[in-house]
Amino acid sequence: MSLGRRLFSQVNKMNTGNLPKLDEKGLRRMKRREWMKLLPLAAMGAFAFPSVNEKLIKRGLEFSDFAAEKFFRRERLAPTFSDREVTAFEQFPINSYSDYDPEAELENWKLIVEGMVARPGEYSLAQIKALPKQVQNVKHICVEGWNVIGNFGGVRLADFLQFVGADPQAKFVEMSCMDDYFTSYDLASALHPQTLLCYEMYGQPLTKDHGAPLRIHTPVKLGYKSAKHLFSLRVTNVLRSEKGFWEDQGYSWYGGV
Amino acid sequence: MAMTKSGLAIQAIEAERKGQSEIYTREHPWLVRLTHWLNAISLLVMTGSGLQIFYAFPSFGAKIPQVNLLNVPEAVRLGGWLGGALQWHFSFAWLFTLSGLAYVIYLVVTGHWRQVILQPKEIRGIWPMVRHYFFFKAKPAQLEPYNPLQKLAYTSTIIFGVMAVVTGLLIFKPVQFAWLEKLLGGFGVIRFLHFAAMCGFLAFIPGHLIMVALHGWNNFYSMIIGWKRNPDYLQ
Repeated sequence: MSLGRRLFSQVNKMNTGNLPKLDEKGLRRMKRREWMKLLPLAAMGAFAFPSVNEKLIKRGLEFSDFAAEKFFRRERLAPTFSDREVTAFEQFPINSYSDYDPEAELENWKLIVEGMVARPGEYSLAQIKALPKQVQNVKHICVEGWNVIGNFGGVRLADFLQFVGADPQAKFVEMSCMDDYFTSYDLASALHPQTLLCYEMYGQPLTKDHGAPLRIHTPVKLGYKSAKHLFSLRVTNVLRSEKGFWEDQGYSWYGGV
Repeated sequence: MAMTKSGLAIQAIEAERKGQSEIYTREHPWLVRLTHWLNAISLLVMTGSGLQIFYAFPSFGAKIPQVNLLNVPEAVRLGGWLGGALQWHFSFAWLFTLSGLAYVIYLVVTGHWRQVILQPKEIRGIWPMVRHYFFFKAKPAQLEPYNPLQKLAYTSTIIFGVMAVVTGLLIFKPVQFAWLEKLLGGFGVIRFLHFAAMCGFLAFIPGHLIMVALHGWNNFYSMIIGWKRNPDYLQ
């Protein structure tokens, strides 16, 4: 008895009915049909071509940004920490975009506010500091994978935007910096109660390395969104084609955590 | 319908080839084959891009002072730089999750999980298989497609997959899921667990490939056409 025959009788013993039978042609047809069913996999071949995959993975990241925005709740606060848990100031990393020294320009520094606001113009640090102060110990997460807990003081960006009469229908806030760094936020994140116009770290005025005289700091976005050395804010419905220094090179625009 | 020991129905057909009668049994339905290959591609991309991401900060501890644990060689990195790797990673993460989810749902809905997931009563069967593979002892009788050691390996990949997806989501959204992040021990621990899940897959894959090579074309081919010719568990 051939091996196949023997197996057949084995299966048949366990079988309740008769086995369907295929002839040689039927078997070939069956195999072809099963191969065809895997054709969708061939679409993955598109990723083998750099010109195509570059576009595809950018779309993938945009989809992740879309999903990230769905997870976000403006009223959901990032965890805060006790003073004991704060990373020592010397151990707060400085990932500077430049070695820009604002020293010479600090004297006459003013924040330029433009776009969809009722009161555009230039705002001095004193005017900003007159708004209610908020101090918070929050986590600062870097896109590279490290994180530290820092102490940040400043005014809520939400309060400042209200102070300058920002249009609540606007969609974005663009930030540009004195060292030519730039980034942009969705309005919901800009209005998050822990997003600060930050002028103090660890109870001291910002040092040049940490973004003197004024920076953005928020625990709801990755570190590269917390721009230093602010120069201007623009409230808008349409982002410029340059959305951010790192974002334009391929980092997530949303950058939410 | 033939029944294997675990009570799982096996679809069988008889075919005529070169005058010989052969039995084909259905091992891998379409969804299993599709998700298997999607997962294989995704894992390759996720590992390469993941290592490129890790290269940016190859540590689970503090930034200052930074202790590098690994110098990831360029040959195994995908994406060219951190930003490129993140694009790969955040594209294939969705594919990997969806395809993994489709597979797990399939297992549960069809009851096919009995064939794949190690059950408590089968734990006894692991050691004899280890003796067979590593100490060249006799092969224990096998009456179903996967032996207990194999089931242990497949079960652990599902655990690694769940681990990778959950910790990945937490690295993506540590603030929105702050409660779970805290529960698991913080951002550094989660990055470590995410890395560990990858190590699990990296431990599984060579063993898997060696076994596939040892069992030959007939066995491999069933992951493409779904049917296996004259499977040994029917002898």
